[in-house]
Amino acid sequence: MEVGKTLPAQKAPPGEEAPPELAAEAAHWEGLEETPEFKELVRARWRFVAPATVFFLVYYFALPLSNGLFPNVMRTEIIGHINLAYLFALSEFVMAWVLAYFYIRQATRVFDPLAEKVRERAARGQKG
Amino acid sequence: MSITLVLFLIVVGITLVITAWAARRTRTTVQFWAAGRTIKGWQNGLAIAGDYMSAASFLGIAGLIAFNGYDGFMYSVGWLVAYLTVLFLIAEPMRNTGKYTMADVLSYRMSPVPVRSAAAISTVAVSASYMMAQMIGAGSLIKILLPDLDKNLRPYFDWAIFGTKLDPSIALVGLMMMIYVIVGGMVATTWVQIVKAVLLMGGAILLSLLVLFYFNFNFLAFFDKIHSVKDSATKLPFTSPGILYPYGKATIWGVDKALVENVSLGMALILGTAGLPHILMRFFTVPNAKAARTSVAWAMGLIGSFYVMTTFLGFGAAALIGKANICAQVVSGFKCAPGLKPNNNMSMPRLADFLGSYFFGTTGGEFLLAFIAAVAFATILAVVAGLTLAASSAFSHDFYVNVVRTHLFHGTVSEREQVLVARITAALVGLLSIWLAAKTGATANVAALVAGVAFVIAASANLPAILFTLFWKRFNTWGAVASLVGGTVVTIWLVAVGPGWTLPAVAHPAFPLQNVGIVAIPVGFVLAIVGTYVGELFKADRLAELRFHEIDVRAQTGVGAEASPMPA
Repeated sequence: MEVGKTLPAQKAPPGEEAPPELAAEAAHWEGLEETPEFKELVRARWRFVAPATVFFLVYYFALPLSNGLFPNVMRTEIIGHINLAYLFALSEFVMAWVLAYFYIRQATRVFDPLAEKVRERAARGQKG
Repeated sequence: MSITLVLFLIVVGITLVITAWAARRTRTTVQFWAAGRTIKGWQNGLAIAGDYMSAASFLGIAGLIAFNGYDGFMYSVGWLVAYLTVLFLIAEPMRNTGKYTMADVLSYRMSPVPVRSAAAISTVAVSASYMMAQMIGAGSLIKILLPDLDKNLRPYFDWAIFGTKLDPSIALVGLMMMIYVIVGGMVATTWVQIVKAVLLMGGAILLSLLVLFYFNFNFLAFFDKIHSVKDSATKLPFTSPGILYPYGKATIWGVDKALVENVSLGMALILGTAGLPHILMRFFTVPNAKAARTSVAWAMGLIGSFYVMTTFLGFGAAALIGKANICAQVVSGFKCAPGLKPNNNMSMPRLADFLGSYFFGTTGGEFLLAFIAAVAFATILAVVAGLTLAASSAFSHDFYVNVVRTHLFHGTVSEREQVLVARITAALVGLLSIWLAAKTGATANVAALVAGVAFVIAASANLPAILFTLFWKRFNTWGAVASLVGGTVVTIWLVAVGPGWTLPAVAHPAFPLQNVGIVAIPVGFVLAIVGTYVGELFKADRLAELRFHEIDVRAQTGVGAEASPMPA
């Protein structure tokens, strides 16, 4: 059972002025945010994730939309009684697996080394 | 007692022994949760699949396809594509911010008392509604194994709670599961889910192979047979879309209502997964972001393969048995016993019975039915354990310890006290879900229920709170509480006044759609945004923005991520 440990209390109640140690800590993290490595990582990640997310949402909703808007087209039988609607649905599985594969490849090749650089910089202080 | 029941009890017994052994082994060797340090990506992937594929996937989707053909397959598609949302946006940041529950990540930036209280509400709502469907699924199994139970126990259950009489089978099996989960310890450990995922995949592969073997692995012959099954209302063949929600019958907001239902369903399916507390918890058990990513990949492989098989199972049941003959008790020739109504949740066990008898004779049918029922039961029990853990940790850890005892009544909390609170929470959530199951009715499809309530709450309440906490600098406590509470309340309200899934359907519901996601999910996101700006107006919680820098760096890079995120 996941009990038995209390989280450390928040450093300050909300709505009050930030105490100096919190402000200093925030400045430390903000400093890391400003490093070229971190900016590059965020840019690289969004450059992949944003279009990929838009793509899979469009591709996914294309299925119910085309089923609803063109039911007769979707009922067209392609091989025997296997119709377009079923093949489109199966292609969603392929789409999900392929996108996941590309994401993981990109993450291993590009995001991980960049994240590692930020972690190194954080370890030796963000001034570096 | 029938052979089937004895076999069922033996298989369930073996599963429970393996489970208990695995759990104890974990407890003594690597200190229970600290197993997190050593959980490999593929193991966690299996565990995610185990936590994710519940009665909704194993019994529900096959039932929807068996009764409505193609449209039921939409659930399979959505529930796999959902993992892209998890993979791209949620899994790695969640692991990198490395905490114990969903609320821990939120209270990183936010004021802990309101956010933990609000998250406890949404988590308990998701878990109870999710569990309600599991109770119905387990009840369906008991109704098949003990067809006379309902009739015999009816006199003892002839009283109503808030106007609803409990369903004897559901109440009995539900109570037994709750007692097992509460007394036996809430062990939703990784190994329990792994054992269960392997069983579930094995059962699905076996039945799929038998269905295809029936057609001599000739797909075209299989689809010929499915095509010959026609829906009585729409006259459409089962291969065709438009049976579950018939197109061209009604419009809403000037659009075909069936289209709106399907899009609304799709939104809940692909956005809900990323907000399920018991799935999110799984990302805290792996060593780093890379393992979180790998585990999603494994989960997607397993879950996707299973969901492709749902078409063999569901279409197989439709083609070989027919929806009119899927009910608790069958007489010779696989016809419904007189006086019984078809129940789509029973399609998988009935298919097992049919295929077993066809290939291996009557005893084969009894054995295969017992095996599939036992796999389904193990599936449900594992998911109930996971949900109970999520709900009771949200309440006990997040609300009771961190809000009530730490901030309201100061003092130290003994482990005994916490465990007691967790157990009471578990019992209450269990009883609530048994009551909800009785109110909804045993024939409501479990996949439709999970997607219709639990996934919508997860997508409208939890997802905006998580996404904005991770990625939106201005987000603050007001916005988080607004989406967590508002999303939950709006979803429950729309479902309550909507047509629902209880048969016969409500004639003129106040809200026209079964799937409320198309309204509730945008409302959840809008509430999060509006709440944030209103909070700014009141100058509340300026620290949330200050703390964003930390969560931003940590989520993206894993700086300072905890090596062993789970407490001992």
